[in-house]
Amino acid sequence: MWLAKVVVSYKEGILDPEAKTIQKALKTLGYQNIEELSVGKYFEIKLNSNLERSDVEKLVREICDRVLSNPVIQRYNYEIVETE
Amino acid sequence: MIKFGVVVFPGSNCDHDAYHVIKHVLGARVEYIWHKDTTLRLFDVIILPGGFSYGDYLRAGAIARFSPIMPAIIQFAARGGKVIGICNGFQVLLEAGLLPGALIPNDHMRFRCQEVYLKVINKATAFTSEYSEGQVLKMPIAHYCGQYFADDDTLEQLQVQERIAFQYSNSSGEVNVATNPNGSKLNIAGILNEDKNVLGMMPHPERAAEQVLGSLDGLGIFKSLLGKD
Repeated sequence: MWLAKVVVSYKEGILDPEAKTIQKALKTLGYQNIEELSVGKYFEIKLNSNLERSDVEKLVREICDRVLSNPVIQRYNYEIVETE
Repeated sequence: MIKFGVVVFPGSNCDHDAYHVIKHVLGARVEYIWHKDTTLRLFDVIILPGGFSYGDYLRAGAIARFSPIMPAIIQFAARGGKVIGICNGFQVLLEAGLLPGALIPNDHMRFRCQEVYLKVINKATAFTSEYSEGQVLKMPIAHYCGQYFADDDTLEQLQVQERIAFQYSNSSGEVNVATNPNGSKLNIAGILNEDKNVLGMMPHPERAAEQVLGSLDGLGIFKSLLGKD
């Protein structure tokens, strides 16, 4: 089986209040060296092993562009691995 | 006589409010539209109501946008049919690409349920003709994900093409950071598409259409749609 691991997060320049709040909390706890923190959503998608890697990649991109991310505000990256 | 349709998604919760206002306050014809339908009967105006369609999973409006009824609504809008998205409905319109930009969580990370003031920026539309330019309206907002975002080019386009319908203001119509309840760019509370037959707005006009609820200011939108005859 193929396993696609997808992370969707905000594009740079979009103020993410959740990330800012977490960053502030960490600072309050004494973690002074954090330069930047962002929050994302993680997806694991298992795909049929009959597919070629290139087809899997094409499919994952399509799903990310159409559904998992909103291109106006978000970006995504993914990793595809073979699994049991 | 003009006929309204109110779409019901799983998780819609302002569908009944909209239906009630149209039928009992306005006295106009209205029908619910089930999200699993794939064709539309004859409607003049379609309302995508507020609520939490599909639990706001993934992103607010992101799943509803793929509902079976949506292709018919997109077609309806493309033919010039009038569509209003209120709150969650606005989020659906943005996800569906019927309006530009996106709505992200409020800048303060809190759910805001309160009355706000809106300034009418464009009164020359089918949705706002009952109002006067610059009129200040009182309406409630109730949202967590209401911060309007768009890139600078889009924002400029919205301004140049007079597609900003409403901006958050104070009671005297001043629009500034202090009167912005959620961090929206340009204090945007409602925008129109290029042909001005699609309106998306975060505040709830259907909750401000009876004196007993504290304001009649939202009724103007529904009355505008009835036309002048």
